[in-house]
Amino acid sequence: MSSVAVLIDHDRGVPPGGALEALTAARRLAAELDVPVNAVILGDSELFATHGAELFAACASYGAAGVHCGRHSLLADYGPDAWGAALAAFVEAAQPAAVIAAGTDRGAEAMAQLAARTDLPLVANCVSVSSASDPWQITRIQWGGSLLEDVTLSSSLPLLTIAPHSVEAEPVPDGAADIETVDFAPDLGPEAERTLVRNRVTLTEGITLSTSPVVVSGGRGVGSAEGFAALEDLAELLGGRVGCSRAVTNNGWRSHADQVGQTGTRIAPEIYIACGISGAIQHWVGAMGSKNILAINIDPEANMVTKAGYAVIADLHAVVPAISDEIRRRRDRPLD
Amino acid sequence: MSDFPARADCVVIGAGIVGNCLVGHLSDLGWTDIVLLDKGPLPNPGGSTGHASNFIFPVDHSKEIVDLTVDSQRQYEALGLQNTCGGIEVARSPERMEEFRRRMTSATCWGIESRLLSVDEVTELVPFIDPEVILGGFYTPSVSAVDSLETGTQMRRRATEAGHLQTFANTEVLDIETVPGANRPRISAVVTDRGRIECDTVAIACGVWSPKLARMAGATIPLTPAVHQMVDVGPFDVLVETNQELAYPIVRDMDTFCYERQSAGSMEVGSYAHRPILHRVEDIPSNEEAALSPTEMPFTPDDFDEQLEQAIELMEFLGDGEIKYAINGLLSLTPDAAPVLGPTPEVENLWSVAAVWVKEGPGVGRLMAEWMTYGYPRMTDPHGSDVTRFYPQDRNVIHIETRADEHFNKTYGIVHPREQWATRRNVTCGPAKARTDDLGAFYFEAGGWERPHWYETNADLVEHYGIAQRTHEWDARWWSPITDAEHLHLREHCGLVDISPFQVFEVSGPGVVPYIEKMAVNKCDLPVGRSIYTPVLTADGGFRSDLTIVRLAEDRFRIATGAFDGGRDEYWFRHNLPADGVHFENRTEALATYGVWGPNAVSLLQTLTETDLSQEAFGYGQVRDALLSGIPTQMFRISYVGDAGFEIYCPTSAGLALWDAIAQAGREFNLRPVGAGVYGTTGRLEKGYRLMGAELESDYNPVEAGLARPRVKAADFIGKEAYLAAREAPLAAQLSTLRFDSLRCAEGYDRFPMGAGNEPVLTTDGERITDSHGRVSRLTTAGNAPSVDAYLAMAYLPPELAAVGTELAVMYQNELYPATVAATGSNLALFDPDDNRMKA
Amino acid sequence: MRILVCVKRVPAVGSRINVTADGQQVDTAHLGFTTSPHEECAVEEAVQITERLGGGDHTVAVLTLGPEESAEQLRYAASVGGSELALVAAPGGLDWDPQRTAAAITAAVAELEASGGEFDLILFGNESADGGNFQVGIRVAYALGRPIVNGIKGIDVNGSGIVARRETDAGYEVYELETPCALGVKEGINLPRYPTMKGRLSSRKAQVAELDCAEDAAEGGQARRRLHRPPERASTTVMLGDSAAAAPAVVDLLDELGVL
Repeated sequence: MSSVAVLIDHDRGVPPGGALEALTAARRLAAELDVPVNAVILGDSELFATHGAELFAACASYGAAGVHCGRHSLLADYGPDAWGAALAAFVEAAQPAAVIAAGTDRGAEAMAQLAARTDLPLVANCVSVSSASDPWQITRIQWGGSLLEDVTLSSSLPLLTIAPHSVEAEPVPDGAADIETVDFAPDLGPEAERTLVRNRVTLTEGITLSTSPVVVSGGRGVGSAEGFAALEDLAELLGGRVGCSRAVTNNGWRSHADQVGQTGTRIAPEIYIACGISGAIQHWVGAMGSKNILAINIDPEANMVTKAGYAVIADLHAVVPAISDEIRRRRDRPLD
Repeated sequence: MSDFPARADCVVIGAGIVGNCLVGHLSDLGWTDIVLLDKGPLPNPGGSTGHASNFIFPVDHSKEIVDLTVDSQRQYEALGLQNTCGGIEVARSPERMEEFRRRMTSATCWGIESRLLSVDEVTELVPFIDPEVILGGFYTPSVSAVDSLETGTQMRRRATEAGHLQTFANTEVLDIETVPGANRPRISAVVTDRGRIECDTVAIACGVWSPKLARMAGATIPLTPAVHQMVDVGPFDVLVETNQELAYPIVRDMDTFCYERQSAGSMEVGSYAHRPILHRVEDIPSNEEAALSPTEMPFTPDDFDEQLEQAIELMEFLGDGEIKYAINGLLSLTPDAAPVLGPTPEVENLWSVAAVWVKEGPGVGRLMAEWMTYGYPRMTDPHGSDVTRFYPQDRNVIHIETRADEHFNKTYGIVHPREQWATRRNVTCGPAKARTDDLGAFYFEAGGWERPHWYETNADLVEHYGIAQRTHEWDARWWSPITDAEHLHLREHCGLVDISPFQVFEVSGPGVVPYIEKMAVNKCDLPVGRSIYTPVLTADGGFRSDLTIVRLAEDRFRIATGAFDGGRDEYWFRHNLPADGVHFENRTEALATYGVWGPNAVSLLQTLTETDLSQEAFGYGQVRDALLSGIPTQMFRISYVGDAGFEIYCPTSAGLALWDAIAQAGREFNLRPVGAGVYGTTGRLEKGYRLMGAELESDYNPVEAGLARPRVKAADFIGKEAYLAAREAPLAAQLSTLRFDSLRCAEGYDRFPMGAGNEPVLTTDGERITDSHGRVSRLTTAGNAPSVDAYLAMAYLPPELAAVGTELAVMYQNELYPATVAATGSNLALFDPDDNRMKA
Repeated sequence: MRILVCVKRVPAVGSRINVTADGQQVDTAHLGFTTSPHEECAVEEAVQITERLGGGDHTVAVLTLGPEESAEQLRYAASVGGSELALVAAPGGLDWDPQRTAAAITAAVAELEASGGEFDLILFGNESADGGNFQVGIRVAYALGRPIVNGIKGIDVNGSGIVARRETDAGYEVYELETPCALGVKEGINLPRYPTMKGRLSSRKAQVAELDCAEDAAEGGQARRRLHRPPERASTTVMLGDSAAAAPAVVDLLDELGVL
């Protein structure tokens, strides 16, 4: 029986949140098409032995009626060619109504590999999908979400990735039903070996301003070179780096190497904590790649405040040490 | 954040350097209820201030601009936001080296320390300049770079802490409302996306957006957004090692129209050399739409490549620097490159505070606050920046863009004081244009009008009178010996002058007498047919204008003012109209005006009319209706050139016929067409007549200008109190005529000072002369006086020097020329000082 | 080593992107253009690889597909070290669907290789800044029979092999590929240099080869109906507090973002 197939983009057996979002989205589509949702999990026998039950349970909780388990020794770890070839084998064998994955790095890559192998269109980062008409009507994000694009999809087998966080993962309301597992054994040729993860490196050192996941930056409001001690402390607690605005380097409080901005370093951290920075545009263009911005400033009208996703309107000299204290307090506290 | 106000005394729109400084100074001067609005966020709302290079070269040829710039530097310094690093302008051409001598002259005049540098001296200060590329430099130690954003923040803080200011950023103005006023609409409210503020006064300080805001109120602010390209290149070890924002003087590579300004480890290279790139206000993106800021437009690299090459020529190491930042930065260009300040002519209590550079921002803030508080600024005469200087025909986008396009590349250019515009000519012409064209008229533009300055068909007179051409090209530029020849011909026979560009107003109605008396220093309540020449003063007693007023009827006066002064004067006369009882009309377009002067003039004109033109029947200063060759005219016996004759007004439609009739009759009387070179300079100068904008400025009063009458009229008038006080106070300066004793330069030929306002009068020892009010003595006019065989100039001198026979020196082109005071006080004429000829 | 970098011309946008009235394109009336950021890093990485290898025979070719104006992005690449420049002329190509784009680029690479020899390494951006389809590089590599890994934040060349590092939450996955191969590069792999003034000036003289292989590229199954802006929120700034008492809320946020 045909189904909406969802690729579970697990990492060595650990399912990421994205797969649960994709299952949730797939349920809606499957309801429209009046077919079940089936998960597709790729791995080797050992992976299924150690993580299978957990993965199956998760899939069931989020609405999968069955799981297609692609088993092969080359699927012990991730590899784009191996996953692409395995998926291609799956669709040929199972003839699903659609294949969906999360729009994560891994999900997007595996689906593109599948699309290349099948020469089928792939619509990436969808936020809504309607199969009510032919061709399908889909809305997807462009420009990182600044724009939406309505597209039509004409395909014998729709391939989709779901934009992260566009769907909230919801377990099925009635509790997980029994889940049926079906094995398949893709025939993986030598090309699958070309791109396997050979090694892993866990990084704790060598983070630079431009690659740091956290940047704690100070502007004119810091007031002095000494004033940066509190920012250093917070940055260290978060494993981040300290940056600064042009006014700071102009005043000689910090070296140019720390300057964030058009004429300094352009950064793209997970969070940028801008302390006492007014947000001159030259600074902004260096910081605008940040995924999240927290502005700490006494002026609620400051450029940086209006552009930031989060703000604390107060004196940085009081707020920054308080944040550090709070972090220490939580870390010292035993886990609940 | 305070609640959004429903009312304010004054709303200032725009929180760039100018708007911020304006609110600071308004607060200082006692305005207690000010609201500052900006569409963008603070401290950088996204206008031109935010991307300015922020450096200040104080030396300029214009007194007004220097006053604003030097005052601004003082204010930046007082806030601790000025970094004085010095600045060098370098020359690649001999013409530029000569311009530096003129800059030295200006620097001396304004008392700004500067010096000319040899190539070695330049490279001593900036070792990375290639000495092979340059010929020398002009160094000003007080050149500085400032923090304009922080200055704005502190200005706002000053007004806020005084309890006088509320500021609202991220607030867009949607409309500016007016209500009908006495004669013009008047400001009533500003509507924003956060609410409506009722207010009495609005100041638009929105830089490139100003025209859009003015339009909301039904006014015009004539400027266009234009691109100035700038790149930030670096880092360079030689700069990084200095560990300073500005360790080296700022360099202006004048012949390539570029600058190089250190900015910590890198160098900012900016250009005024690229093709003019103008934008329309509507095309400027919003803060949200812009990739950088609204005024940092996408860089167009093709336009900058030549400048990159030239920059590398001057400083080779720049070639290896990375271009880290490059913008097409927007700035504001007006039709004549000067700011647009002051009250808008269209809407009462709507002020323009636009087209201002960072170098003038705080000074303009002070100037505008004074203007809005006292009715006219006190710190300097703003007539060159006064937004009302533009006539209606100067306010359209075609004119603005065409002129901006023409002058953009002159930003660092060498501009002659008499320089004429090449574009937008022949837009406004008198009715005899076809005839003056045939006569080979060389036209200067006068208030937008084509005005013959000399006539090539008079070239024969040059030889006849033995007039020499000037040796130096600069002195001879925009000048002709024909002017001197025309002058002598007029004095010997007679001349016909086209003075149609005169600005003519008529005021009429039952309330006209008290009104006209209020406006003028001298008594205007005269018998019908009589005229008066009178100063018009500011409330502080300085010159607002000088003009001629004729009583045409019991309830009607005609006001005639200069071609360049009509916009400012019309504003002033309209602004002061009573609520009812007086009607104002601009008659300039309706009337053609000619002057016929010289020993033969009266005889000539008598052949065309039955009206008795004899001195006995038609005395000096009188006006009569008369038929000239059957054409209805008004004849006015007066002269600005010091010879007998008349100004003649007729309907524009009859202007060509009247020209032809006079020319035809003139054949017997040896009449020649005579240009404004005689009328405006040589003729008036040897008669010692003053000119608005030259001798007459708001910085001086009628007593100092020698225009005080023995008695003061009983009627009240604007500035009377100050005028009475000035008559009693010790005299601080006296306008005087100087005669050059020699014009011979070091190279052995004669030079001819321009009288452009920047040539200082010095002691014979070369010391700068200032009066007790700190005003510097400088030439206000200079020119030939062919009838007295002298080269003359006018200047204000402190009383101890204002005595006939005092020996002085004048600096021109950085050289000193000896001159002697030849006349002072009320009568400055060296030619026919008793006016016998005019009364003949 | 012979490296090819495929780049895309994209508008340099602000925080608000306007769409043309017909909904078919980004309104670029007052926008400049730039190279899609991942690809700018790819150019930089290619140049750094050739520099590490000692320059000489090691070259960086740059290919783009789009209107004539896309030559600007090729010249920019030349100004920072690219040498061979090729443009697949396609007036509307910036908005093509991913299958069509991939087909044209595949043909172009084949053409460049036929005349100039095989590319040892082809670099793509992970995804383009505008369309963000996450697939063109993979489709091209597959069509050319070459392995490709996306999301690459580190590249080492050793002998005829490539060691590529891909960022994960914990650190890096390491891949070893034999040349010829392709990689999808992600911003952060390096900090792209800006062109020097000399580089800019010399790039003006660089030749741009025009390839006419766009015509045969057939449309894929994904078709644009319209672009539009998502509904705007009134204020996007979440206020966490106005004193030091905001610290717990800040730490909650840090926890939520996973940086604690």
